[in-house]
Amino acid sequence: MSHGFDTMASYMPSGAPLPAPAPDGLDAAFWEGTRNHRLLVQRCKACGTFQFGPEWICHRCRSPQIGWHECSGRGKVYAFERVWHPVHSALRERVPYLIVLIELPDAGNVRMIGNLLGDPQQNVQIGDEVEVAWEDHEDVTLTQWRLVAGK
Amino acid sequence: MTDYSIKDKVTIVGIGETRYYKAGQAPVSEFQLALEAIQKAVADAGLRIEDVDGFASYSDDRNDPTRLAGALGIPQIQFSNMHWGGGGGGMAGAVGNAAAAIVAGYAKHVVAFRALAQGQFGRFGQGHAGARVRGAQAYTAPYGLMSPAQMFAMRTQRFMYEHNISQEALAGIALASYKHAQRNPRAIMYGRPLTREAYDNSRWIVEPFHLFDCCQENDGSAAVVLTTTERARDLPHKPVYLMAAAQGSGYRQWVTAHNDPDYATSNFKTLAPRLFGMAGITPQDVDVAQIYENFTGGVLMSIVEHGFCTADEAEAFCTRGNLEWPEGNLPINTSGGNLAEAYMHGLELVLEGVRQLRGDSTCQVKDARVCLVAAGPMVSPVSNLLLRN
Repeated sequence: MSHGFDTMASYMPSGAPLPAPAPDGLDAAFWEGTRNHRLLVQRCKACGTFQFGPEWICHRCRSPQIGWHECSGRGKVYAFERVWHPVHSALRERVPYLIVLIELPDAGNVRMIGNLLGDPQQNVQIGDEVEVAWEDHEDVTLTQWRLVAGK
Repeated sequence: MTDYSIKDKVTIVGIGETRYYKAGQAPVSEFQLALEAIQKAVADAGLRIEDVDGFASYSDDRNDPTRLAGALGIPQIQFSNMHWGGGGGGMAGAVGNAAAAIVAGYAKHVVAFRALAQGQFGRFGQGHAGARVRGAQAYTAPYGLMSPAQMFAMRTQRFMYEHNISQEALAGIALASYKHAQRNPRAIMYGRPLTREAYDNSRWIVEPFHLFDCCQENDGSAAVVLTTTERARDLPHKPVYLMAAAQGSGYRQWVTAHNDPDYATSNFKTLAPRLFGMAGITPQDVDVAQIYENFTGGVLMSIVEHGFCTADEAEAFCTRGNLEWPEGNLPINTSGGNLAEAYMHGLELVLEGVRQLRGDSTCQVKDARVCLVAAGPMVSPVSNLLLRN
């Protein structure tokens, strides 16, 4: 782990796929953001529409003038699934695990996929409140989620 | 007034398939499987191979028309077509595209086909992600979301939440397919009935999908031959008319990272009204339905989005044998479908639709006049057909 703060063991074992920025630069700002522990999604400078994943133009008004909005990192579980059958060789010993689809109410309810940290058999409900947790790897940082305590 | 619709102008005149095998067990190459199914379908149509002048397929089928035509000695190709999109979403679309070519006059005898030998080329159900993933995959694969089951369980979970639907509905769909397969000697699951207890006790693949909620992966090939309704009158079988065909997708379906504005959908909401509109009938006129099961959850949503019931009625509609032949109000997947006959990427469902309307099904719906075939669910684009006799 190259960052000295808020680090954690990775949710998935070594050998699981890691992300890399798209070669065309489309999502460079997003991955640079996670590297700096900032959760950025696109926001159209012309009409204010939020957008994730990144696109070259605004899907609402077609403006190419798109900026980046820093989210609070708070979200809600929109859907979730507990995976029992591994389909990748690196995950054979990792099941079960929990994948969550998180919506971000302070960014137009755009959604992101991640894992829900903690016991994979924990009770999780659609609507549960979560906050982002940064998972630093050598050259890239993943966005993970944990339930907000005391909800 | 000019009628731009394909309605009733094209007829399915021939069907053919190879024996179906478990994944990796085909004793011959995928290309040989394709050749066999195509030749059987042409023979079934009472046509000569030399009559074939077009091919349509989907999901990046590897057996391209140039190679097929060369191997089969076909004098000329007048139409060759690939329907975009992975999964089985193009199954009905390939048939619809073949029909469009015939109505447009591009070709007269078009084969729509699919061949799969996953043992030779890799399976859909495995994660193929490399060490580094980019683009849309970068937002999903690092979190262990890689396989089709994992992509679609999330949507299904949301749909069940929104409409208070329990596991009962999914079980009802799986049990119907397996029940029908017990009468179909072609089916991989012939002689392997599924009980409710076995369904409940089967392992989770990804909640809410048990093992039996997931399609098989198989080797084999299936093909259909289409021609003009006029030409079909000279051919041996009872004609099966293409009443309507539709393909496409709704607003921003499958934008990256599961951001589809309408998320918990089979993606048939925009297609179904067009399909029924073209045919000039309503869901109540459908006697039997063949609905692509990648996973039972997609069938559940497809039933709702084709107007057979509301989402809030869906659990009652899919249980108590309502989808089972012969007693149910809407028998589905009467050959066993992708779950229990064979996973020919859904093309076997078109063949079964034709059998129903010829009166040849092993679960023959009495006096069946109209059959729905739906391809894809939860992918983009999806496609569907209405067939009649």
